[in-house]
Amino acid sequence: MRLRKLLVIAPVVLMPMVLSGQGKGVAPADLLKPLADSWPTYSGDYSGKRYSALKLINKSTVKNLTLAWVARLTDGPGGPGGRPVIVGGEGTGEFVGGGGDTIKGSALVVDGTIYISTPDNAWALDARDGHERWHFYWKTRGGTHVGNRGLGMWNNYLYMETPDNYLVSLEAKTGKERWHKVIADFNLQYFSTTAPVIVDNHVLVGTGNDLDSPGFLQSFDAETGDLRWKFYTVPMNPGDPGLDTWPSLDAARHGGAQPWLPGAYDPETRLYIIGTGNPTPAYTPGRGEGDNLFTCSLVAVHVDTGKMAWYFQTSPHDMHDWDSAQTPILIDGVINGRKRKLVSTAARNGYFFTLDRVTGEHIVTSKYGLATNWVKEVAKNGSLRRNPDKDPTVGGALVSPTAGGTINWEPPAYNPDTGLFYVSERNGYTLFYLTETDPRGSMGLGGVEQVGVGSAGSYLTAIDYKTGKIVWRRPYPGGANGGGGGLLTTAGGLVFAGDAGGNIVAYDATSGSPLWHSHIGNVTAPPQTYMLDGRQYLLVAIGDTYYAFTLY
Amino acid sequence: MRIRNSLVIAAMLGLTVGAGRVTLQTPAQPPPPSARQGPPPTAPTPAPATTPPGGGRQGRGQAVFPQQQRPPGDPAVIERGKTIYAVTCSACHGVDARGGQLGGPNLLRSQLVLADQDGELIVPVIQSGRPDKGMPPMPINPADGRAVAIFLHSLLAAAGRQGSPPPTDAPPPNVVVGDAAAGQTFFAAKCTACHSATGDLQGIATRVPDGKTLQNIWVSGGVAAGRGGRGGRGRGSSAAVPSVTVALPSGEKVEGQLRRLDDFIVTLVQADGTERSFRREGDRPKIDVRDPLQGHRDLLGVLTDKNMHDVTAYLVTLK
Repeated sequence: MRLRKLLVIAPVVLMPMVLSGQGKGVAPADLLKPLADSWPTYSGDYSGKRYSALKLINKSTVKNLTLAWVARLTDGPGGPGGRPVIVGGEGTGEFVGGGGDTIKGSALVVDGTIYISTPDNAWALDARDGHERWHFYWKTRGGTHVGNRGLGMWNNYLYMETPDNYLVSLEAKTGKERWHKVIADFNLQYFSTTAPVIVDNHVLVGTGNDLDSPGFLQSFDAETGDLRWKFYTVPMNPGDPGLDTWPSLDAARHGGAQPWLPGAYDPETRLYIIGTGNPTPAYTPGRGEGDNLFTCSLVAVHVDTGKMAWYFQTSPHDMHDWDSAQTPILIDGVINGRKRKLVSTAARNGYFFTLDRVTGEHIVTSKYGLATNWVKEVAKNGSLRRNPDKDPTVGGALVSPTAGGTINWEPPAYNPDTGLFYVSERNGYTLFYLTETDPRGSMGLGGVEQVGVGSAGSYLTAIDYKTGKIVWRRPYPGGANGGGGGLLTTAGGLVFAGDAGGNIVAYDATSGSPLWHSHIGNVTAPPQTYMLDGRQYLLVAIGDTYYAFTLY
Repeated sequence: MRIRNSLVIAAMLGLTVGAGRVTLQTPAQPPPPSARQGPPPTAPTPAPATTPPGGGRQGRGQAVFPQQQRPPGDPAVIERGKTIYAVTCSACHGVDARGGQLGGPNLLRSQLVLADQDGELIVPVIQSGRPDKGMPPMPINPADGRAVAIFLHSLLAAAGRQGSPPPTDAPPPNVVVGDAAAGQTFFAAKCTACHSATGDLQGIATRVPDGKTLQNIWVSGGVAAGRGGRGGRGRGSSAAVPSVTVALPSGEKVEGQLRRLDDFIVTLVQADGTERSFRREGDRPKIDVRDPLQGHRDLLGVLTDKNMHDVTAYLVTLK
């Protein structure tokens, strides 16, 4: 009887291994599971929590974490004597965009393979030892090469955005291109950096732009690459909602609001919740006195229709380039004794928000940036009203945070075991000088000069999502910009972050005490974890190099 | 202002600073042990402090977007287009094409202008107007219309980074907007514990004639950095570096300039130039960091823009 029980269990236990050997890829249904052995989408799962159920590495064992392998990536088209590179792209090969040597995104870890991208480059690495399986290089036409946040995966296909605005689909097993599609007009100076997110057979794609062009989110068919819908994040036509928050339709249509980071997805409501970027012109007059919807907002978009269900603006009439594009986190929590479906975000402007993710109803607004000094008042509806004196001025406005923000693209994390929302918090001060005094305003991010003048420190900060109260702040000593790359939290009771001194650190998720570290350099991407051959790995990116740690 | 500039790191740093106010900063960290460091992860689009001439380029001087990548137009055609534009278009669209008082939109961010290659989109609009938007048709021959398009493209080719417009010859606005007398009063009340108009700051406005530079220096304590610097000390800055005393269990005290501090190691440079580092285990060993810029950093949280502008207006009088 005992034996029989074992026989029944054995196939169940062994199945994941067998499947991984088959190279099954990522079936859409796989993305509905909580994050554990693999890492099949940008945030690990749809919720944005970056909470892994893995716990072999935990508060007790983490002190024994040790290096398993190191893999350095070589970007570019390759050359004589190098490893073979699969080359695609519409460029002539003359433009070398740069940025390809720094990992600033999330890898996918599927079927024992790590898939990672940088601007114009994608790689498949063996997750057991980091060796390269294939490398794809995109000959670009140009565009701003600031970073690439990673790949999307649907069955055995990968999807990558390029700085010159293509969605490129690759065969995961070989790295060979299936097709590429234009996703934004390069003439209008769009550039694309974000990681596509796959929902069913929708490939959800955002882009970026600095030259006063409208933002939009698009859905492409995962099989064919055909456009299914396009949702503009600013009013584009007479009668569009939000138009009354702009001085004119022309201003709205040049208003920005680029969704340049991945959002979070709620399968129950089929809403994709994504943050939008700054209004343009960013720092100067030219967009009236209104709120400039739907810039610097969380917007919920129905994945089947591309229609907006609700919005909440986290930075009305932003004047400091404080995008609210940050990936939000879906939390199933209890507010005043009632179970609620929530979404929380820590915005670049130094404020934290919790909303009802079904309706968009506001629940919490709180300041998490200790030095943040630009808000005049929090309105009854939770909306922030800025102090116009802190807009850029000719004489200089002393503002915290910096234009880089209290947090930027680096993802936060949420651990359901502690109930804490973790985010890196930076308290820099910048003098914002208005250099364009023309009442017409400037264009794009022009018209201002910024000078960093000091910092009140940076922290790993734990926030109670129900109240917005800071539960603890753990300083990143010795620097104004700790927490580079973003965060990971696990069922092992840990939070992983890069500090300001070139360490990857495992912090106690309850107390914030450091439990383990390794001085490998400035962390440039969110730490990740996966399970393979019965071992849990921690994957950390430092520039062009991956370091994988495990327990032996 | 003499703010106590000694910060004792008795326990774990977070506990020491209680409410979570950490003001300690070390000088620029030594390069981490990675062969090729990327820039620190930062804004999606880090900007320079000022738009460099010939903007719209990045990396190896490359033109990033199509408007900067195209071969430059024929100078004679551009000049002709400029003249025609001035006569035909500038009243509504502005002499710099960035919009005019009569309501003509900014052409340098116009999607039609940006998408135009050689006048094929622009010329028909000039000729037909946009009656629905109040733009009348302009009788213009195709060659003249194309010259206007080439002129507009020449403006776009000179545009700055991150969507900023082409640079102009206009002098930058004067940042000295404060009240010098009020600044002197503030200075006397808050700054004279460390500084003196007849001592260390004598002739400061002669040494630093630019008001903006002077303001950046005094507010930051000499460590102002462009955007990208999130408030750290600038590289190569001669600004005062914190000093540190490490009290070892043996009773020995080691002193020096602080080079690096994290939760695990403190590194200092002794007076003879040699470097020593010590492993940190929680609150051991005891570390005492004295940051000469503590007063400036504390000021950041309380300084109003008016106070700041007033002090700058006062300092520029210290010739």
